[in-house]
Amino acid sequence: MRRLLYLMPVLILGVLALFFAKGLTLDPHNIPPELLNQPVPELNLPPLPGRGENSGLSTADLKGRVSVVNVYGSWCVSCVEEHPTLLEVKRQGGIPVYGIDWRDDPMLGAAWLKKHGDPYDRVGSDPAPGRAAVALGITGAPETLLIDKNGIIRFKYYAGPITPEVWQDILLPKIQELQKE
Amino acid sequence: MIAEIGHFALILALAVALLQATIPLIGAQRGNAAWMSFSGPASAAQFLCVAIAFLALTHAYVTSDFSVLNVAENSHTDKPMLYKVAGVWGNHEGSLLLWTTILTLFGLAVTIFGRNLPPGLRARALSVQAMISVGFLLFILLTSNPFARLDPAPLNGNGLNPLLQDPGLAFHPPCLYLGYVGFSMAFSFAVAALIEGRVDAAWARWVRPWTLAAWIFLTAGIAAGSWWAYYTLGWGGWWYWDPTENASFMPWLAGTALLHSAVVVEKRDALKSWTVLLAIITFGFSLLGTFLVRSGVLTSVHAFATDPARGAFILALLLVMVGGSLTLYAIRAPSLKVGGLFAPISREGGLLLNNVLMATGAGTVLLGTLYPLIADALGMGKVSVGPPFFNAVFLPLMAPMVVAMGLAPLLSWKRGDIAAVLMRLKVAIGLTVAGAAVAWFAQGGSAGPWWSAGGIGLGLWLLTATVTELAERVQLFKVPVAESARRAGLLPRSAWGMTLAHSGLAIAIIGMTGSAAWKSESVQNQRIGETVTVAGYGFTLKSVDPVAGPNYSADRATFEVTKDGAPFTVMTPERRMFRQPPRPATDAAIRGTLIGDVYAVVGEPSGRISWVTRLYFNPLVPWMWVGAAMMTLGGLVSLTDRRHRIGAPARARAAAAKA
Amino acid sequence: MRRLLALSALLLLLAAPAFAVDPGEMLKDPKLEARAEKLGAGLRCLVCQSESIENSNADLARDLRIIVREHITAGDSDEAIVKYLVSRYGDYVLLQPPFKGKTLVLWLGPFGFLVVAIGAAFAFYRRRTKAPVPTAALSPEEQRRLDALLKDSTSK
Repeated sequence: MRRLLYLMPVLILGVLALFFAKGLTLDPHNIPPELLNQPVPELNLPPLPGRGENSGLSTADLKGRVSVVNVYGSWCVSCVEEHPTLLEVKRQGGIPVYGIDWRDDPMLGAAWLKKHGDPYDRVGSDPAPGRAAVALGITGAPETLLIDKNGIIRFKYYAGPITPEVWQDILLPKIQELQKE
Repeated sequence: MIAEIGHFALILALAVALLQATIPLIGAQRGNAAWMSFSGPASAAQFLCVAIAFLALTHAYVTSDFSVLNVAENSHTDKPMLYKVAGVWGNHEGSLLLWTTILTLFGLAVTIFGRNLPPGLRARALSVQAMISVGFLLFILLTSNPFARLDPAPLNGNGLNPLLQDPGLAFHPPCLYLGYVGFSMAFSFAVAALIEGRVDAAWARWVRPWTLAAWIFLTAGIAAGSWWAYYTLGWGGWWYWDPTENASFMPWLAGTALLHSAVVVEKRDALKSWTVLLAIITFGFSLLGTFLVRSGVLTSVHAFATDPARGAFILALLLVMVGGSLTLYAIRAPSLKVGGLFAPISREGGLLLNNVLMATGAGTVLLGTLYPLIADALGMGKVSVGPPFFNAVFLPLMAPMVVAMGLAPLLSWKRGDIAAVLMRLKVAIGLTVAGAAVAWFAQGGSAGPWWSAGGIGLGLWLLTATVTELAERVQLFKVPVAESARRAGLLPRSAWGMTLAHSGLAIAIIGMTGSAAWKSESVQNQRIGETVTVAGYGFTLKSVDPVAGPNYSADRATFEVTKDGAPFTVMTPERRMFRQPPRPATDAAIRGTLIGDVYAVVGEPSGRISWVTRLYFNPLVPWMWVGAAMMTLGGLVSLTDRRHRIGAPARARAAAAKA
Repeated sequence: MRRLLALSALLLLLAAPAFAVDPGEMLKDPKLEARAEKLGAGLRCLVCQSESIENSNADLARDLRIIVREHITAGDSDEAIVKYLVSRYGDYVLLQPPFKGKTLVLWLGPFGFLVVAIGAAFAFYRRRTKAPVPTAALSPEEQRRLDALLKDSTSK
């Protein structure tokens, strides 16, 4: 009995070690999306200058088809990295990609698209304080949401910029699944 | 070339460490004096090699040798020299090298100052120390080599985070590391004692100075970090229960408990098994802190660039060292001889209570720090544990301990009379109640927080009780003053140390309470010429001028400050914009007075003639730093007690023989 | 100017903790502003660590501060605002972990530790006093010496 008592410290360490080992595989920075399987909140974002009066983003636009909503900003460095992938998606067609220009002066957001290319069918402007982004639970850019035909948020990708591999292996299969529903 | 020498020196150090880890240990088992004494030259050689490596890295920084990857990532030619040097340890690889340098330095110190230790104990302890070295050297050489080269060498480096370019922060890590690593000696002695199978009063006397030295540095390091946060982050906060802060606090709690329980082992030959366990746990917390900060399992503003591969290595290191020693403990500790008896109400009992509460406190901080990780690992989602939790749970735990700290030094060993002690503390109790009442009314009763009077009361209690104990020792007011003075001169330094350290904590508690409870602030857009009043101090913004620093440009605001109408001082806070990397940083202007800090910060311009200003009065904050300094000083005074020097028993016997 | 002084005075009385709030963000009504600050002090800045949105310089913290104030001005209760943010960001946004099933261990843990520690101390005492050391009887000579010593000794 006394022996067991003396073994307690090392046993406790063992249990902690298991947690630590598991912890090494997790990422504390990645706060999982809370809004999964919830409907997209009410959005009515104005368009960016130079893209047409009707090209803003509202909740109605997100119903009817499976769509991709990508949050970016002209201040966001990683967004430049993932832009080519999005441009390729637009080129291939078939999947609507919408943008939210977050915490940006609309002029800067528009200028950025002119410079790097415009993969979006619609872009909503969400300048500071980023009410739409908060309503969507966004913590950083780039983040990308997958919305199903009924306007329900089904998936969020927030583990960095979207590389071609990420698109092929993670996002595209999910989109195809949602399209089958 | 120099970098390669440094690299080679590390490899050499590893080889020496491997030898030091094995030969003296075998020698101690076999009673072979020659093999045991190998630890002496080996520890010197280890230190020399690691020091050469450290100097090599320092050289690379000082000469801005950007062909060394580490320098390129963390330094820049524009940085002032002090920060180039501080940059050596301001990154993951360099800080590990500093860690190891200090580790080998302590090993050498044991060789030099521990000549009177029994050879077997010294040899075993130094072998264990060398095993730790092996672990860290392997870690550095295999995953975190500071001497990796970059080809082609860039023209300039990435620079150091402006927040770190600060004199306080230049010294904070070395100080902390001296503390963390210092506890490795207590650990090594504990493991050595377990291997030997004997823990006795003599062992405790040998362990105490090393533990005390580590404790002194850790206390100073933590205080320095808090002080830095206070004047740099721009809103007068000094503790955030951030995981890395907690990682330094846990070894401090355990180390304080260890100091006190070692006293019981030494004086009463009791609590031996617990003390050994505590020595292992304290260093275990140091290693845990290293793991938490560098592995990425927890998020922290302090965290170095995180890397799960490195995290895995440290975890393995942690498991081998702490797991190994705890296993040894499980095997050997039951056979340690049980020591002296004592009643629950006694000085030993008080020290035991200290240990119980400190251990619970450390466990609480550990739980709160690790809980997000545990919840995530168990799939319970992300939970955040912030200051509200720690304040709600940790502080009430410490309150009874502070009360006990006032009582215990007056209790006798073995069996104390609590009623008599309370009678002797009448004056202290009276002063405490009076002081708390004054505090309550000064804040306007329920206009302030409900706990402020309690906090002031606790601090006052500890202060008056500690002074009462000292007064009793010198029989103050009971004998002529000259006699009291004579007695005071005869008091052992450890008594003065205790008085200073406990009083320091008391004053710090009062400071913490005041600062947390009664801070006043005002945030506004202030126009040039406008006056804002905070807590009776009028801040008139006279001008804001651009100034240039070595690697930054800044806006410097000039405030003329009056106190209750009369001119008080001029304060010039700055808002700095660093160039490499481009980041803003605040340089707050602080004027300390006896009852608080006047604190001014200038922020962004709003419009053309007005600026965002934050003006504060932080009551009693200077008391925190004074208290911390007293605690550190108390430790130093205690450390210089002649009785701690090994061999003191022999001298005492000689003196007694003469008497 | 007078409003500024009034604001300072009120803040003095309320002894609010210090913040990174910009004066431009602050609400005009000091009572509402105080409410916003108190609420914000319990909300985590999601892209910093261990800082509240009131204490952080991060952009997201600023956004959240403004949004919290907008909700307060619109008349939402504290609970409603917290619920809104928790529905977006999860319990993680709360600095004080809620007292729910999954945090039960967290909140009860320290108390549990204390109980265990005190229990261990008690067990330690009981083990000591249970084992009486057998003493041989004292010889009359030793007994006399013992008595003499006891009479001579001074207390403490």
